Amino acid sequence: MRPVIQVEHLRKVYGPLVAVDDISFEVHTGEIFGMVGPNGAGKTSTVECVEGLRPHSSGTLRVLGYNPQKDRYALRAHIGVQLQESALQDRLKVWEALDLYASFYPRSIDQAELLELVGLSEKRNTRFAKLSGGQKQRLFIALALIHDPEVVFLDELTTGLDPQARRMMWEMVRAMRERGKTVFLITHLMEEAERLCDRVAIVDHGRLVALDTPEHLISGLGAESQVIFTVDGSPELEPLRVLPEVRHVQQVEDRVILSGNNGSDTLLSSVVQALPTSGIRYRDIRTQRATLDDVFLQLTGRAIRD
Amino acid sequence: MMQSWLKLTWVETKLFIREPGVYFGLAFPLAFLLIYGSIYGNTPSAFFNGRGPLDVYMPAYIVMVIAANAFFALPIAIVNYRERGILFRLQATPLRPLNILSAQIGANFLMTTAESLLLVVLGVVFYQVHVTSAIFGVLLAYVLGILSIFSLGFLLASVVSNVRVATFAAVLLFLAAFYLSGMTIPLKIYPAVVQQIAQFLPMTHAVTLLQELWSGASWSSHWADVLILFGLLVVCMLASSKLFRWR
Repeated sequence: MRPVIQVEHLRKVYGPLVAVDDISFEVHTGEIFGMVGPNGAGKTSTVECVEGLRPHSSGTLRVLGYNPQKDRYALRAHIGVQLQESALQDRLKVWEALDLYASFYPRSIDQAELLELVGLSEKRNTRFAKLSGGQKQRLFIALALIHDPEVVFLDELTTGLDPQARRMMWEMVRAMRERGKTVFLITHLMEEAERLCDRVAIVDHGRLVALDTPEHLISGLGAESQVIFTVDGSPELEPLRVLPEVRHVQQVEDRVILSGNNGSDTLLSSVVQALPTSGIRYRDIRTQRATLDDVFLQLTGRAIRD
Repeated sequence: MMQSWLKLTWVETKLFIREPGVYFGLAFPLAFLLIYGSIYGNTPSAFFNGRGPLDVYMPAYIVMVIAANAFFALPIAIVNYRERGILFRLQATPLRPLNILSAQIGANFLMTTAESLLLVVLGVVFYQVHVTSAIFGVLLAYVLGILSIFSLGFLLASVVSNVRVATFAAVLLFLAAFYLSGMTIPLKIYPAVVQQIAQFLPMTHAVTLLQELWSGASWSSHWADVLILFGLLVVCMLASSKLFRWR
């Protein structure tokens, strides 16, 4: 597949602060590419350099064959963006926003159809300030799609939305891929990346720590399933660590997380058998399928936080 | 590009009309016209060299309209747009920065002109104010005055970071226009040092130039006002281009 975005050794510094530290990756045509990581990891700085909205400090960037700094205006006609922190004029009506933004581009798609697609047909005469959070986000999606761009950038699309609105957003993003668009999605929600993305780049402290499909990242843990229980204090976990079925033991605050060896389906029973003689006082024991959260935890040693 | 600029200017003009707070730009000079008109009328008096008081002060009230929009409507809108990320969203389109910002100026120009025209019409209808015979010259001076005073408002928008500071600075600048430009109180009554300070305000020269041209004076006797208005315009725009932030 042809890469639509090529990033090589990208660095972005703000004075003494290194926001993006030598990140390289490619985004392919027609995929949903996710960049995940905690707040402040450098995700937004990375994507704003790629969009040509911020100058980068060093490295090589190529988007649809354009240099995002030198050819920024030409590039902007081909990309759609939803920004993390932005707004429209309070008294601007929905139809006026579409009409206005359509005029900025050489070509645009049918506005009525677009409103239908994002479910805002009945709100076309509503002012921006009167829209709910989810409706505002859907309007921003409509503005990002109005000129039928090849690549769409979505930065924290579902932050602050309720679960129902969030699922509706996910359906919209999948619909974009079906229309042949390449989607670059930024999120701090691991679940969102896991459900939506074809490939995921995990970023922490300005560095790329992993890049693969969600399935590969999770199976790379070597633990399809995990056993988790709650403890008080910091008990000695060695009796569990030596079990042949257990590959990895980790305590995060009051939770102990045990990952099994690949293909081991006796993890739970061997842990339950070993616990009474281990002297560990435990409660609330359960199994869980491994998620991208566990991948992040293992790669960085920290749990990701909202 | 021209089409998107016109569209943005038109949309911003509509938004201006929907913003109740900004009618201040019209309300204040209008109140002045009605209060002074009802007290003194427009009867020619020896104090104004045989002209009516409102004939003399109508051009000054037009500068008051300009100043109200230049210091309240224009910078507060821009600072609000920057604070909330509206400018940043516009910036993520193929629009050139100059188009985005000049559309703001265009919308304020249109509204200021509409308000000034309304003020003049009311003055003519209620108090038989004499409209100048030198319309072309007055219009030219009006455009120069508006650009020069707007550029000061734009500089304000470039240096302040939030709407509260912008509002405070706007009040100070408007009060300076109100008291120190000669638009309400003749400059002659102030001490020399205050009169000198007033020379640094574009409003002072706009009031002088418009009043004089309105009453039939020639450009050649006021080239200093023209030069200063133009110079302040250039200085403010250069400073803004260095200091302006998109977010």
